[in-house]
Amino acid sequence: MSYVIEGKTGSWEIVVGLEVHAQVVSKSKLFSGASTTFGAEPNSQVSLVDAAFPGMLPVINKECVAQAVRTGLGLNARINLESRFDRKNYFYADLPQGYQISQFAHPIVGEGTIEIELSNGETRKIGITRLHMEQDAGKLIHDQDPTKSMVDLNRAGVALMEIVSEPDIREPEEAGAYLRKLRQILRYLGTCDGNMEEGSMRADVNVSVRKAGEPFRTRCEIKNVNSIRFVMQAIEVEAARQVEIWENGGEVDQETRLFDAARGETRTMRSKEDAHDYRYFPDPDLLPLVIEQEWVDALKAALPELPDAKRARFQSEYGIPFYDAGVLVAEQAVADFYETVAKGRDGKLAVSWVTGDLFAALNRTGKTIETSPVSAEALGQMLDLIADGTINGKIAKEVFEDMVETGEGPEAIVEKKGLRQVTDTGVIDAAIESVMTKHADKVAEYRSGKDKLFGFFVGQVMKETKGKANPALVNGALKSRLDA
Amino acid sequence: MSLDLATTRRIAKLARIGLEDAELETVRQKLDGILGWVDQLSEVDVEGVPPMVGTETEAQRQREDVVTDGNCRDAILSCAPEKSGPFYTVPKVVE
Repeated sequence: MSYVIEGKTGSWEIVVGLEVHAQVVSKSKLFSGASTTFGAEPNSQVSLVDAAFPGMLPVINKECVAQAVRTGLGLNARINLESRFDRKNYFYADLPQGYQISQFAHPIVGEGTIEIELSNGETRKIGITRLHMEQDAGKLIHDQDPTKSMVDLNRAGVALMEIVSEPDIREPEEAGAYLRKLRQILRYLGTCDGNMEEGSMRADVNVSVRKAGEPFRTRCEIKNVNSIRFVMQAIEVEAARQVEIWENGGEVDQETRLFDAARGETRTMRSKEDAHDYRYFPDPDLLPLVIEQEWVDALKAALPELPDAKRARFQSEYGIPFYDAGVLVAEQAVADFYETVAKGRDGKLAVSWVTGDLFAALNRTGKTIETSPVSAEALGQMLDLIADGTINGKIAKEVFEDMVETGEGPEAIVEKKGLRQVTDTGVIDAAIESVMTKHADKVAEYRSGKDKLFGFFVGQVMKETKGKANPALVNGALKSRLDA
Repeated sequence: MSLDLATTRRIAKLARIGLEDAELETVRQKLDGILGWVDQLSEVDVEGVPPMVGTETEAQRQREDVVTDGNCRDAILSCAPEKSGPFYTVPKVVE
């Protein structure tokens, strides 16, 4: 445990748990047939159920249940074959029902774990308490009128998964690593797009502080933090605030707070004063949700390979280091790209091209792996040209840059620019003769013992052949000619 | 069981129902009567009986994930007490 806050009365450690709201990827809403597409015209994706018209009854979307189960399986968690829905009552303009349909006492997913990796390479397990399904609320827009807020219910009723962690997190960095790992798993599973800017993944952060060895003290909940960086900042400033209160003889109140990123502080959210009195009760419109073990097994069998498993496989199958494998599996699209390049080829060479030259080119051109100017197939063909001796590593860089610029295939570029590697010993010998004639003084120096000049001759011969000579052949021929 | 005035006031506030002080005692008595009536159920011995969740024995019905609804903004907004363009409007609520 390396993160401590040094106070006047000694060191304090932080205790953090995260509640992540992840919007479920589905075509229609959790309890209605309205569409979930992001960015539609205001209130165009609202059914009478979502707008809470009297007498409307909710009917659950089977795919949303499947997505929650898949996520539970991906978190190595217990799947509850029977779960229930409750009404969580609160009054707010973005919630037409006056209650949110949620799962309180009987969630669909129980305890699980996530393994996170820290920047020093250490790994830690963070416990998952539960995952439950619930409805998202609508959206309020405040900046269009001086006295009114506008209500858009397109999001109202979209399925959310609330994923609650144990209070196992002890550093801001761990919170960041947890969120990144969770987002990675959700994206691999295809159960949530993990897009925090669009609000499809949001975090509530529970923070408390304590002296080493103490039981937990009072916590505060910071609501709706919308980026990983802000989560880490919010933890730091909130923990510092609590330490100051305790050390000045005060008492931390259990309350809901907001993180103000611009001012770098948290402040109390008055509107949520009564919010903890939710008066949960079982939703009389919904019978228990019962799923079959066989169905869960079928979902499990169809799960994609998850990041940890893929990383281990890349290490053993392609002989690449743990770190490189981690970089590749960070995004599924990168992992797929790499695997297309590496299949049947030199895995180490493939990883150095993908994470080196390709990433640099994507950065430079502002492209992503999905819009890469060089396809995985084309990069693979280029590696084949290196492997069969058609081009050498140095020329490959030139070919690659041309591929980035023109989008042409490597073979076409090699032919067009005449970059085929020179393996004709006659041509190489002629180049060596020419270099030795031009630099007779250096030849004499070399022969009188200045071995270091060998590199100079290699460079000159490569230049003479426009970089196309096979370096191994040049080395051999040059050595025997100079030492003759 | 007896409901006090403070709790009655709090329930009204959570439900966003405005009650005058003069009405409070009447509402308290009525709610208390309802609770007392329901409370008779606690006389029944339910030791070992699982909670009943509905009158049907079936589990929840599930539907396929297809878009079948929505696209009825005008109809929905026609019932709104206040609206502006494509939006419902409410008194400004901002944190």
